[in-house]
Amino acid sequence: MQIYLPIAEVSVNAFLVLGLGGMVGVLSGMFGVGGGFLITPLLFFIGVPPPVAVATGANQIVASSFSGLLAHLQRKTVDLKMGTVLLVGGLIGAAVGVYIFNYLRSLGQVDLLVRLTYVLFLGIVGTLMFIESIVALRRSRRAPVRTERKHRTWIHALPFKMRFRTSALYISVIPPILVGLLVGVLAAIMGVGGGFIMVPAMIYLLGMPTKVVVGTSLFQIIFVTGFTTLLHATTNYTVDVVLAVLLLVGGVIGAQFGTTLGLKLKAEQLRILLALLVMLVCGKLALDLLLQPSELYSLAKAGVAR
Amino acid sequence: MIARALLGLVVALWSGAALAQEEPLEEVVLGLSRDRVAITTQFDGSEILVFGAVKREAPMPPDPPLEVIVTVSGPSAPVLVRKKARRFGIWVNTQAVLVDAAPSFYAVATTAPLDEILSETEDLRWKISIDRAIRSVGAPSEITEAARFTEALIRIREEKDLYQMREGKVALDQSTLFRTALAMPSDLTEGAYDIRIFLTRGRDVVSSYTTVIDVNKVGLERFLFDLSRAQPLVYGLMSLAIAIAAGWGASAAFRLLRR
Repeated sequence: MQIYLPIAEVSVNAFLVLGLGGMVGVLSGMFGVGGGFLITPLLFFIGVPPPVAVATGANQIVASSFSGLLAHLQRKTVDLKMGTVLLVGGLIGAAVGVYIFNYLRSLGQVDLLVRLTYVLFLGIVGTLMFIESIVALRRSRRAPVRTERKHRTWIHALPFKMRFRTSALYISVIPPILVGLLVGVLAAIMGVGGGFIMVPAMIYLLGMPTKVVVGTSLFQIIFVTGFTTLLHATTNYTVDVVLAVLLLVGGVIGAQFGTTLGLKLKAEQLRILLALLVMLVCGKLALDLLLQPSELYSLAKAGVAR
Repeated sequence: MIARALLGLVVALWSGAALAQEEPLEEVVLGLSRDRVAITTQFDGSEILVFGAVKREAPMPPDPPLEVIVTVSGPSAPVLVRKKARRFGIWVNTQAVLVDAAPSFYAVATTAPLDEILSETEDLRWKISIDRAIRSVGAPSEITEAARFTEALIRIREEKDLYQMREGKVALDQSTLFRTALAMPSDLTEGAYDIRIFLTRGRDVVSSYTTVIDVNKVGLERFLFDLSRAQPLVYGLMSLAIAIAAGWGASAAFRLLRR
């Protein structure tokens, strides 16, 4: 069934879009990532213009993340306090990121910058997470009873300490705010929620338990992507609500399945799967940059693209 | 020799002027299968039947034979054409040429191969072929092969069926009745689409006729598009509200299912 999208001005297959939304929704619920790094390239692939794909992707992430968050709230696996601290950093970071983005756009080559940032961050995050989870998985097989006590680092020496009960942490608010800030900047530049950076940052930098990380990440993503959606709708007019509805109907259902699936898997297995997924997308983007494209020329609406 | 050539030129100019002043001997009477294209939610391309007849005040000139050219063109807009090149091992956009005006949709249908029924001069004057319909004034001086950018624009749009060259697709009966069908793809831009009919004899245009067909979004498409432009904040908030409601709805539905 073909559906004409009023803002994108293209006709797409409704079931294909529903399927895409569903697939990304499952991942969203499972890993606590918004799925922006997947949905945006997939939308390009089915012929949606890039600006519309980025903006509508953000809107869809709001829906699937909200659905996932509610599921996590029921299981009490959301650290609201930590989420709020991250969000404060995130919103400041997003504003800074939008400023950097516009500055780079005035210089041209913003496409390249976005792609390179994707390859770099997905590559680093994916590889680190993959190695770490393999090591953790081996260790847990050898000595399954031993629970590792977080060793004290410089992070624990910082001032403004706060108790995060759900995460069982007593740390300074400076690292979470910095993490939020960094994620906010990257989110604005890359046009994603930033979950794939936030999740590992929370696990490895802040030392939060994996089960809490997913829900907390979703909590923060909702606000950042909601903010992005509004920004795109008011400045670029690129949010396609028909496309968003199709994506999010698939997405919210997928997110519910994903959450259930995620709770059945071991934390290490979950991390390995996410790492593999991140590396896969990274590889695809890197290949696009390295191989000669079949069409060297591309068209852009003049005025917008300059 | 020079005098003769000049005389020839004067005669040509005079007869050209006379042609413009006089009523053309042959005129187009046109019919369209529809005078507007409505883009609805289920819109999946559209076919337009262009048909008509040639009206004559005088008996038909026997030779050269009458030929018909039909063109349909969508609204024109400037397009930035970028070219990728390899830099430091990766493919990046390096050069860009601004094409001043290119129609979003352009189709040409003819009774015979275009270069056999239309001269270069007439093509230049009426801007009939796809190459001529695109206007490209100047490229940056460091780009020597600007024509390739225009070629690329045409190639990319031809692949999407946005530019169509359909030679020999106009059926002409007894040099009087003609008809052709034009398929418009699903990703159309809104606006006024010009339909032009040219009658040619011996590669010269003897008569032309122009009409307009409106391509518009209707119903829900119209409402959403207008809202997104007129009230972007309301539109954005609505999109968010739908997202939140859908997220909550799915969550609530699944909770009920599990019980």
